[in-house]
Amino acid sequence: MSKADLDKLVAQFPSAIVSTHSNCGDDTAVIRSETLLSVMRWLKGSLGFDFLVDLTAVDFLGRDPRFEVVYHLRSMQSGSRLRIKVPVACSEDGPNPAVDSVISIWPAANWQEREVWDMFGIKFTGHPDLRRVLMYEEFVGHPLRKDYPKEKRQPLIRRDYSME
Amino acid sequence: MAENYTSTLESALNWARKYSLFSYPFVTACCGMEYMATAASKYDIARFGAEFPRFSPRQADLLFVVGTITEKQAPALHRIWVQMAEPKYVVAFGVCASTGGFYQNYNTVPGCDQIVPVDVYIPGCPPRPEQVLDGLILLQKKIQEGTTWVQRRDRGEKHGGEWVTPRPRQPGHLPIIS
Ligand code: SF4
Repeated sequence: MSKADLDKLVAQFPSAIVSTHSNCGDDTAVIRSETLLSVMRWLKGSLGFDFLVDLTAVDFLGRDPRFEVVYHLRSMQSGSRLRIKVPVACSEDGPNPAVDSVISIWPAANWQEREVWDMFGIKFTGHPDLRRVLMYEEFVGHPLRKDYPKEKRQPLIRRDYSME
Repeated sequence: MAENYTSTLESALNWARKYSLFSYPFVTACCGMEYMATAASKYDIARFGAEFPRFSPRQADLLFVVGTITEKQAPALHRIWVQMAEPKYVVAFGVCASTGGFYQNYNTVPGCDQIVPVDVYIPGCPPRPEQVLDGLILLQKKIQEGTTWVQRRDRGEKHGGEWVTPRPRQPGHLPIIS
């Protein structure tokens, strides 16, 4: 594992980087969310990260910023990998947090962003069709948020046992 | 006819029914592997007259609910049950179908008896084919005795077809179950 790509990223966007680390060889950069699109476009265009492996999120309840959207990138030419994390703030009962959609860079992000919206309630600005992808439309809330009640169920249909 | 009354003709009919079950496997998860093992030649569910899985509910009278049922699937499972030929029976195959199993979360139905009336529960994660055959024999016994849910409903001991949709449905998404 070489840190070359990470070093190039830090040299190119010094002001965008919040922190970096390479634990166990996993090159990771935490960047500020305003700079997401320009950083990602540069990573794909200049460093050849043409494959969006995964797009997911983490809820650090009680921390500020509360959410972190995680992008796993891979270059099919060089085989190198890079992880980009974007902290996203969310006020207690304010509107849903939002980050920019990366569909314009990797079309594969479409359903993955829908899943993150479904599970964590993070909006992706610029997404053409931000609907739930796993849960049903009647579902209220976002189940992978840490403050979603673990045992809460929202059934679509149920038998009426009182009729038996 | 409220009392448990069985004529000779009904007894003969039940005998015929219990040995000619046409199953519809509603396979959603890992239990499906064990269903296949039960149906294949080594355990050979055909020995018990439940030979032929029909992949259309219209041609089946035994619903095997095999695997985890999610809340999103529940309307589909109920619709399949409604479409099946009468008299029909339901077997919950594995703990997920019986109780939700080890899932206790936002999306797993805690037992398919919340959706359809279950006659036989087969525990196990997954159940061994012997357990499945045991459950099938139990179902045959219930059919002969006339104690499955549908048979009791036909005798007026149960009421059927009453379902509730707790969440308001929004137009343009999943089909509405009536
Ligand atoms: S009971 Fe076990 S084997 Fe069967 S569907 Fe559930 S988890 Fe899978």
